[in-house]
Parts: sequence; structure tokens; C-alpha cells
Amino acid sequence: MTIAADPALAADARSERRFFLALSLPALLIVGLAAILPILWIIRQSFLTTGGEYTVGNYEKVLSSGLTWSALITTVELSLGTLAFCILLGTPLALALASARPRVANLLMAFVMLPLWTSILVRTYGWLVLLRRDGLINAALTGSGLTAEPLPLVYNFTGTLIGMVHYMLPLFLLPVYAAMRDIDANLVRASASMGATLGQVIRTVILPLSAGGIFSGSMIVFIYTIGFFITPAVLGGGKVNPLSIRIERTLSTFQDWGSASVLGILLLVLMALIGVMFLAARRLVARNKVGAVHA
Amino acid sequence: MLEAYPDNRLARILLWGFSALAMAFLMLPTLVVVPLSFSASDLLEFPPRAYSLRWYENFFGSATWMAGLRTSLILGSLTAMIAVPLGLLACISMNRLGGKTASAIQSVLLAPSVVPGILLAIGLFFVLAAQGLVGTLFGVLVGHVVLAIPVACIVLLPAVARFDWNQVQAARSLGADWARAIGGIIVPQLQISLLSATLMAFLTSLDESVISIFVASGHNSTLPKLMFLSLRDQIDPTIAAISTLWTAIVVVAVLIVTLRQKS
Repeated sequence: MTIAADPALAADARSERRFFLALSLPALLIVGLAAILPILWIIRQSFLTTGGEYTVGNYEKVLSSGLTWSALITTVELSLGTLAFCILLGTPLALALASARPRVANLLMAFVMLPLWTSILVRTYGWLVLLRRDGLINAALTGSGLTAEPLPLVYNFTGTLIGMVHYMLPLFLLPVYAAMRDIDANLVRASASMGATLGQVIRTVILPLSAGGIFSGSMIVFIYTIGFFITPAVLGGGKVNPLSIRIERTLSTFQDWGSASVLGILLLVLMALIGVMFLAARRLVARNKVGAVHA
Repeated sequence: MLEAYPDNRLARILLWGFSALAMAFLMLPTLVVVPLSFSASDLLEFPPRAYSLRWYENFFGSATWMAGLRTSLILGSLTAMIAVPLGLLACISMNRLGGKTASAIQSVLLAPSVVPGILLAIGLFFVLAAQGLVGTLFGVLVGHVVLAIPVACIVLLPAVARFDWNQVQAARSLGADWARAIGGIIVPQLQISLLSATLMAFLTSLDESVISIFVASGHNSTLPKLMFLSLRDQIDPTIAAISTLWTAIVVVAVLIVTLRQKS
């Protein structure tokens, strides 16, 4: 006799299912109340005047302001810049780690992950110490005679970008390293034996096979950098104003909840847009890969 | 990977040289702070000309910093105490339900780790302000628990998946109720993962700054909030001392987790 055929057993299975569903309710409730409700609140707030009446005035005000558009551009520039440097630094580093013996690789991974475990404020402080006018790097540069004047490395876009790349690099590295470690070394041997140069092996074997990891890594970089607040707030020194900083300023200086909410929604829209673009691109890559095999 | 390519010495030297630079980039800001924290000077000179513990004394002697430390430790402990049990129950639930229901629950529970912190912060600020709860410990706690739940779930899900459910079935058929089955059979066997989850949840709260900056205030300011304000205004070497202590604590915590997992 099957479970479905016996009404008593089926009722038992249903009540067990209800019980297990109930187990996740407390967690769902907290996330709902403290993460999802607040987002809905932001959406509602963006349509309210200070008096509490419905309006689209906040949108008109925010979208017609040049500050909003320059914040949007800064946000995208920071994200793209961070991503570019993560790919540039992270891909070779992942390749080196994936080529090392497992023991060495594990040890080095621990070092690479150290920043991930360090407070973002500690790291930001470290960068301030390193990048200031009289900081370590400028002292080394002027001391060795490489530059006559200290370079403006911090309290600007450069400093913010350095801090953000530093934050994101370990997170980018993880999926790329995982993807590269899973590549069968025999593929490299086979292509080498057929006369491929090292450059060709990297370009046509290793990189395409780790594309999935690079994709995941890039998506993580984008999702995180779009809302980044601490790094631009400290290392930007008031001169770098992505959306996150504009939101804070709109709230703290102008107490303009409506406009801050509209800016928050812009952030969400930007994130959704980029998410969709990434998924579409991934699908395209996957299709091309299949096509290549058939060809 | 590259070791499979014959005769690649030059490439390997180049690659490792580059990687060494990238790793130096990753480690430098954390390491540079350590010697500075022991400097005797007000200036951020490197290497310090004379050493002292004055910045540590400054930290431990300051009522403001100590209040921040206390708040952060209380918040971290409460966060772990709430997020880990809730996360465990949710993981058991997802494991048993499976299929679409489980993935729906999972995507809701992991959502807070994807939503930009600044959005959670201002959203929570609005909601709390409407209830007159801005600046309370409770408000920050809720925010931290929400961020710690995904962390706890990520640690606990694979552990729960490895668990042998026949044991629970056996216990249940012998008359144990669910509370006893979970407390007496599941929890003891997941000890190591639960410890990891607790530490991670604690660290998540300890390190959280954006929600704290927006929602905490006055004597409920957390350590990260105080550090942020201090970093924005001046570069006081006291921060170097805090940073060094902080990094030491985190390294010890991570070591405990990794060693436990290996043994």
C-alpha cells in the first residue's frame, strides 16, 4: 500500500510538512519584518510628501537634479573600476593559487582571506595610513626620488577605488579559484602536447573553462559595490559621492526622507538592471559554449 | 593548473611575482596598523621611533570607547544567541521540506546578504522611527540578527544535509517528542558547525557598521560606529590599537573554527 492510498498516512505526512514549515517561520518573520518590510517602506516613502500625502514630486525633484545623475555615474564608475581591477589582479592570482600544491595553496588562501575577516573600518584606516600625503607610500615615493611631490592618493576617486578593490578582491577570487581548481589538468597537458603555446592554453582552455567563476565573481563585485558606503565615506573625503553617500547626506543634512527613498529605489533599480544583464550574458555564453561543441 | 604545462619556468616566475604583489596589496593595510598601534608618538610615523602602550591605555581608559565595546559585545552575543537557533530551525525545515518550498524559504532568508546595507539601514531607520525605536539597542539588534541569519544558514545548511535522519525517526518512534529529538540528537551532532555559526554570527554583528551608523546613537553606539565617526574626523592612533586588537580577535576566532573543523 502506498502512502497516497492511505488517508491516515497522508494526513500524517501533511501534518509533518506543516510542522517543518513552522520551523522556518521565526526566521522568515524576522527577515520579513526587518528586511523586506523596510524595503517596502522605502518604496512607499518615495511617494509621500513630508505632510504624508501621495505625490510623484520626490521623483521629479530627484531625477531633475544634476547631483543625482553625477552620483549615478560615480556609482557605475566605481563599480566598473573595481570590477576591472579585480579581474586584472584576481584572475592571475587565482591561476597561481590553482597551480600551487594543495598544501601551499591552502596556506596562501588563508593569507588571501585574512582581509575578508578583518573589519572594513580597520582596513579603511590602514589605507588612510598608507595613502595620506605624509603616508607610507608617498614617503617611499618622494624618499626614493620617484616623485618630487607627494601624490594625491586618498580623499579622492583613486583612494576610494583602492579601498573598494581591496574589499572585493578576496570575494572575487573565491569563485574564480574554485572554478580553476576544478579544471582537469589533463586538458592542459593535451593541448600542450598538440603544440599550443602557454598563451594559447590560457586563452583557449583555462579562461573559457573558468568563465563561470569569473561571472559569479563579477556579479558579486557588482552587487556589493553598488551600495558601498563606508569606503567612499572615509577614503573619498567628501569628494566622491556615489548614490549611497547621496542617500546619507539627503537624510542627515536635509532630513528629506522622500528624496532619500527615491535614491534608494534608484539603487535597487540599478542593481536589478545589472542582475538581469548578467543573467542574460551568462545564458548567451552558455549557448555559445554548446554551439562551439556542436561545431 | 599551469604545472601541467611543460617547461613554463618563465611564466611561472612572472605569475608568482605578480601574485606576490597582489597578496602584498591584500595584506598591507592590515599589517601596517600593528606597529603603529605601539608607537609612542602622536604622529603616524613609520616605523615608530619609540614604542609605548599609550594608545591601548587610551582605548581602555576612555569611557566612550568602553561603552562602545560593551554595546558591541552585548549586541554580538545576543545576535548569535538569536540568529543561530533560528537559522538551525530554518535549515532543518528547508532540509526536510526540500524542493520549491525549500528554495523559496532559502531565497527569502538569504536576501538580506544581497540587498545593499545602506538600503537595509535606511529602511530599518524609517520603520524604527515610525515606532519611536531609533537609537535603541533593540533596533540595532534586529538589524544585526537579520544580517546574521543568512550567515548562520550558510554554515548550517550543509551540516544539516549531512545529518542522518534515521536517528531522528528512530527516536521519534521510541516516543521522543520533536524538542527532544532536536535538542538531544541533532544539536549534539552538529556541535562543531553550531560553534562556527555562533562565531560567524557574532563576528557579523561585531563588524557591522552601516546599520549601526544609521540606527544606533548616543550610549548605544557600537564600536564600528564610533570608529567610523573618529575616522571621518581625525586619524587618531587609538584606532590603530583597536584595529590591532580587533584583528587579533578575528584571527583567533577563525583559527578556532578551522582547527575544530579539521580535528
